[in-house]
Amino acid sequence: MTAVWVVIAALAIATAAERLAGPLALGGRPLPERAMNVVELLASALLAALVVVETFGKGSSLTIDARVLGAAFAVIAVLRRAPLIVVVLGAAAVTAIARLLF
Amino acid sequence: MEGARERLDAGVRRGLPFGIAVFAVSVTFGVLAHPLMGAIAPIVMSILVFSGSAQFGALAVLLAGGSAGAAIAAGILLNARYLAMGVALAPSLRGRAWSRAAFAMSTVDASWAAASRGDGTFDPWYMAGVSIPQYIGWVLGTVVGVLIGSRLGNPNALGLDALFPAFFIALLFEEARGRRRMVAAGGGAGIALVLTPIVPAGLPILAAAAAAVAAARRRS
Repeated sequence: MTAVWVVIAALAIATAAERLAGPLALGGRPLPERAMNVVELLASALLAALVVVETFGKGSSLTIDARVLGAAFAVIAVLRRAPLIVVVLGAAAVTAIARLLF
Repeated sequence: MEGARERLDAGVRRGLPFGIAVFAVSVTFGVLAHPLMGAIAPIVMSILVFSGSAQFGALAVLLAGGSAGAAIAAGILLNARYLAMGVALAPSLRGRAWSRAAFAMSTVDASWAAASRGDGTFDPWYMAGVSIPQYIGWVLGTVVGVLIGSRLGNPNALGLDALFPAFFIALLFEEARGRRRMVAAGGGAGIALVLTPIVPAGLPILAAAAAAVAAARRRS
C-alpha cells in the first residue's frame, strides 16, 4: 500500500512538471517558424499513435481483439458526425457485444 | 483580458461531452484500481494527477506485479507528450509565471486539441474551460467507479476498454485536417505500430512526434 502512495505522489509531481516545463521555460517568447511548423502537426501525430496503442496494444505487444470492432464503430460514428458520447459509448457497447458473441 | 469570460464559458460548453466521456473512462479507472488501491487512493490520484494515460499505465504496471519505480516511469513516459504539448502551448500564454502555470496545469489532450486554432496558436481561456467539465467528470467518475467497482464484474466484458480508442479517434478526426496533418497522423500511427512491441509503454507515443518533424519538412 505504501508503494501505491509513493506512485501517486511521484506522478502528481512529475505530471505537473511535464505540464509546466514548456510554458514556464518558454512563456511569451515565440518559437522559430520551423518549430511552429512542427508543433502544429504534433497533435495529429500523437493522437494517431494513441489510437493505435489503445486499439491494438496489449502490454508490450500488439493484438487484435474486440476493441477493433469498437474502434471501427467509432470511426464510422465520427464520419457520420455523431456526438462524442454516442461515439464512445457505442464503441464500448459494440466491443461488449462482440465479446458476448465470440 | 477582453472576452476571457466568454471564451471560458464557450470552452466549458465544448467540454461537457468530453466530461461525460471522461466520467465513463474514470469509472473504469475506479473499478480497475479498487482491488489494488482500495477506496481512497484512486480518488486522490485522480484529483492530483488528472491524466488517464498515466493513471492507467501506472495501474497496469502495478497490477502486473511491477515495482513502484516501474509504475512511476511508465506514468512519466506516458505523459511525456505533455512536454511537446507545453512547448506548443507556450507562445500562446501571456502574463506572469503563476498565470502561465495555471493555464499549463489545465492541459489535457482533449482541451489542448480543442483549443488549437489550427495555425499553431492556442486559446488558453478556451482550453481551461474545456478542462473544467473533464476534471469534474474525472474525479466524480473515479468516486463512482470505486463505489460500484466490486459489484461490476469484469469491466472489459462491458467493453469499457474500448472507450479510449474511441475517444482518441474522435479527437484525431477533429484535429487531422489537411494534407500535412494527415501525413503526420499516418506517420505517428506507423511509428506506434512498429515500436509498441519493442520499446517500453509510452515511448511509442512520444516517438510519434518524429512523424510531425518529418511531415513539417514536406512542401504542402
